[in-house]
Amino acid sequence: MIEREVKIINNAGLHTRPAATIVKLAAQYKSEFFIHKDGLNINGKSIIGVMTLAAEKGSTLKLTFDGPDEEDAAKEIIAYFERGFDEL
Amino acid sequence: MPNKQSNVYKGLAAAPGISIAQAYLFKKEIEFISSANIENVDEALRILDEALEKSKKELNKVFSLAIDKLGEKRAAIFEAQIMILDDPILIDTIKNRIRNEKRTPEYIVNDEISRYQSMMDTVNEPYMKERSQDIEDIKLRIIRNIKKKKWQSHITDEVIVVTDNLTPADTVLFSRANIKGYVTNFGGLTSHAAIIARSLHIPAVLGLHDATAKINDSDLVIVDGYRGEVVIRPNDEQLEYYNERIGSLTLYDEELSTLKDLPAETLDGRKISLLANLDISEEVDLIVSNGANGIGLIRTEQLFEELDQFPSEEEQYEWYTQIAERVYPDIAIIRVLDIGGDKILPVDVQEANPFLGWRGIRFLLDNKQLFKTQLRAILRASVHKNIKVMLPMVASITEVRQSKEILEECKKELRKEKHSFDNNIELGMMVEIPSAAVLAHEFAKEVSFFSIGTNDLIQYLLAVDRGNEIVSNLYQEFHPSVIRTIDFIIKEGKRHNVFVSICGEMASDQIAIPLLIGLGLDSLSVSPALIPVTKQIIRNISYEEVQKLVEKCLTAVTEHEVKNLVSAYFDKNIKEHLKSFFVNG
Repeated sequence: MIEREVKIINNAGLHTRPAATIVKLAAQYKSEFFIHKDGLNINGKSIIGVMTLAAEKGSTLKLTFDGPDEEDAAKEIIAYFERGFDEL
Repeated sequence: MPNKQSNVYKGLAAAPGISIAQAYLFKKEIEFISSANIENVDEALRILDEALEKSKKELNKVFSLAIDKLGEKRAAIFEAQIMILDDPILIDTIKNRIRNEKRTPEYIVNDEISRYQSMMDTVNEPYMKERSQDIEDIKLRIIRNIKKKKWQSHITDEVIVVTDNLTPADTVLFSRANIKGYVTNFGGLTSHAAIIARSLHIPAVLGLHDATAKINDSDLVIVDGYRGEVVIRPNDEQLEYYNERIGSLTLYDEELSTLKDLPAETLDGRKISLLANLDISEEVDLIVSNGANGIGLIRTEQLFEELDQFPSEEEQYEWYTQIAERVYPDIAIIRVLDIGGDKILPVDVQEANPFLGWRGIRFLLDNKQLFKTQLRAILRASVHKNIKVMLPMVASITEVRQSKEILEECKKELRKEKHSFDNNIELGMMVEIPSAAVLAHEFAKEVSFFSIGTNDLIQYLLAVDRGNEIVSNLYQEFHPSVIRTIDFIIKEGKRHNVFVSICGEMASDQIAIPLLIGLGLDSLSVSPALIPVTKQIIRNISYEEVQKLVEKCLTAVTEHEVKNLVSAYFDKNIKEHLKSFFVNG
């Protein structure tokens, strides 16, 4: 299992559009993908789940990846966070 | 006009026009949800699958319509809604619960989705509440389809839609039918519903609070989008009055169309630059066809209001270029982002007093990168030299100076990158904070034009929040202090040859136009639909006479006195000449 902390760096935060993109990215992999914040463990393959996260600029999330292709999944999804959801 | 009667209700005049039609009560009532046990699980699962499919079809329709009417970017907000219908975790959980608990699918769907909503509702952020509303939309859609009820997109033509609130999906769907008008309980002038109604020329009166309680389905209703009034079950006298007005409006529209190429010039030859405010790109055509002299205010907030994010430099550049080219050689004044206050703030901050908080230029100077992105895009679009930049919510000289420095920085960068732009691009400012009015003389040395934003100026000058119903009657555009302040701003501006315009709602108040012209404004900027009528009024004014009117108004001490003077002038000099329009009232 891979565990990583990521920071939200774009101005608008984790709004609906990046939420949709994250879910679409996660759907390409077999591995389980969870987002942890404020005691919530959200399945990253669920759009409605990810939408319940209020993650503004500057907040930190923990991501976990678990499965056969966890490394690729982690790489792509973490990169998307680090690019500020392509909104920088 | 007939005396005020008990069946006349006042709301916000959100989109001009008058309609008389039957009401269509668009209610989003929760369907009856039975929590009964079920026998046939397979049947329940099949019904659920069908409902999900049906919902997906409906939303795809909304999605493609939205692309059509609003453009691809704005339509993207529906994509997440569609994804929810395919959410593997959500749908699996719902199916498993139906199998295990053996309850009706609508009960499980409601219970399961509501759990997510209550999670969103516990977060004390306005945007999370909105998200929860979006989810509500989806939830009700699925439940309705489970119960095999027709979704309400089946609007018959020629009705006035009466509803609590309009969601983007509703507004898009309605725009397909020949809707005669909108009446809502909630929603402001800058709401999605208001903007769409204006761009589609559908009369709208919003924010009536209890419209859905007062109006029954199929009631005859009159929507007066000029006055912001709704007449419910009109009597014969009211019907006659409004039918006459509609008749004369039609005549008047034809008459006005002949004005298109005539100048906005007073009887004694004072030329006024008549500009239009632009909220959404679609309005550009109307601005051009109505014969405006350019765009006095491009509100760039719309660019990301529905995108939910800041547009890139390229996206902005394309948008500004398109608009500037469309109105060329006329001017286009681009106001840099004015967010905060009642406008969306994408960065989530809680402020006790947003109107006195982090908005306009304050926000931009604190987010320099964002500010630079916008200035660079504007500069790059300025190659035809018909673009000007305007700063919102300026309170101090320092803010203008800092903005100028940043503008120069952007020019330097662009020069290095070999981009062309208008090196002499004019920089102006909104005068909407009393401190800017008081320092008008000093500001006039710093900028090349002023645009008086009456909405905020009046609100800050009189310390009245016009959205607060308890005091909204104290929001008085004819308050003597307002008239004297505008007079002061114009006089100080003139001393330095600063071009002075007005872009607030006051400029859209027909009765106020003679007074504003008399005050010596160079320009008025009004909503695109009002260009012809404003021009017609200007063409019936004698500048000499309205200057006398201003003299009298400047000595008045109550709003009542100013109003009487202004109305008397209007009735005598304008209404007489525009009889065909102002029949009986």
